[in-house]
Amino acid sequence: MKKIKKIKIKINGKFSTINENLSLSIFLKELKIPLKKVAIELNHEIIDKNKTNRIKLKKNDKIEVVHFIGGG
Amino acid sequence: MNKDKIIIAKKKFDSRLIVGTGKYNSMSECAKAIKLSGAEIVTVAVRRVNISDKKKPLLMDYVDPKKITYLPNTAGCFSSEEALRTLRLAREIGGWKLVKLEVLGDKKNLFPDMIETLKSTEVLTKEGFKVMVYCNDDPLMAKRLESVGACAIMPLAAPIGSGLGIQNTTNIKIIRSQTKLPVIIDAGLGQASDAAIAMELGCDGVLANTAIAKAKKPFQMALAFKNAVVAGRQSFLAGRIEKSIYGSASSPTTGII
Repeated sequence: MKKIKKIKIKINGKFSTINENLSLSIFLKELKIPLKKVAIELNHEIIDKNKTNRIKLKKNDKIEVVHFIGGG
Repeated sequence: MNKDKIIIAKKKFDSRLIVGTGKYNSMSECAKAIKLSGAEIVTVAVRRVNISDKKKPLLMDYVDPKKITYLPNTAGCFSSEEALRTLRLAREIGGWKLVKLEVLGDKKNLFPDMIETLKSTEVLTKEGFKVMVYCNDDPLMAKRLESVGACAIMPLAAPIGSGLGIQNTTNIKIIRSQTKLPVIIDAGLGQASDAAIAMELGCDGVLANTAIAKAKKPFQMALAFKNAVVAGRQSFLAGRIEKSIYGSASSPTTGII
């Protein structure tokens, strides 16, 4: 059986180790991120939230997940 | 009076008070203050989701964006690039096109960098955003912002969070007189009377955050700002008397015993 390779990615500035080729949608689901209330950037590009299942995460990917908080 | 609505980017609002959602002790305090202020628009910031603490309360759970218009703000951005990135993300969260642009140029006085602000306004407008622009109390710059497509001019009263009140009433009057866009005083107000003064100058609205959130009694101050904005607006519409250096008796001078 082929061993699943682990890769390191960064989410919101912190390293995370995940299985190679994990889809972005599953990764975000595991983190319990409410997609309706956030916006997502992958390597500085905004991602269409409806298409996160088509994206396979690669080594050194940088993900940013943002939402609205209190501000002036 | 009921017909006196403020129109921003073709949308009508009854309340001329916009409030910020920062600096409150809790989300519930913020939500209650918004309610008391009567504001229909609130500014919000775009920040990273806390990945490790999923139980942290979300603003959207306390302030319903279906009932209150969220105005994403670029507070804390010091370049055009950062501001554009922030607002593009804000739009992606759920279709927000009405935004507040704020590009700061100095960490100490938090004055806007007007060159970066102007550049960003132009780019955002071309991308379909409706941009309300935080700016200096500079009539020429206000004109430039209008010419590149701003939907509201938001001159500062004084540095953000300073509580100094309107420092340059003359410039604010000039800015008001030269444009058809809504002029909304943003930043630097300290107490309710500052808001009333802004409205009496003819401004279309005011934005307050620190003055309410950091008052000793935020709820009471929220209410005070609500009333001050209404009073100031009515006073402006009513038209003040001419000033005179001499007295003018209020009682008839005939029939005196």
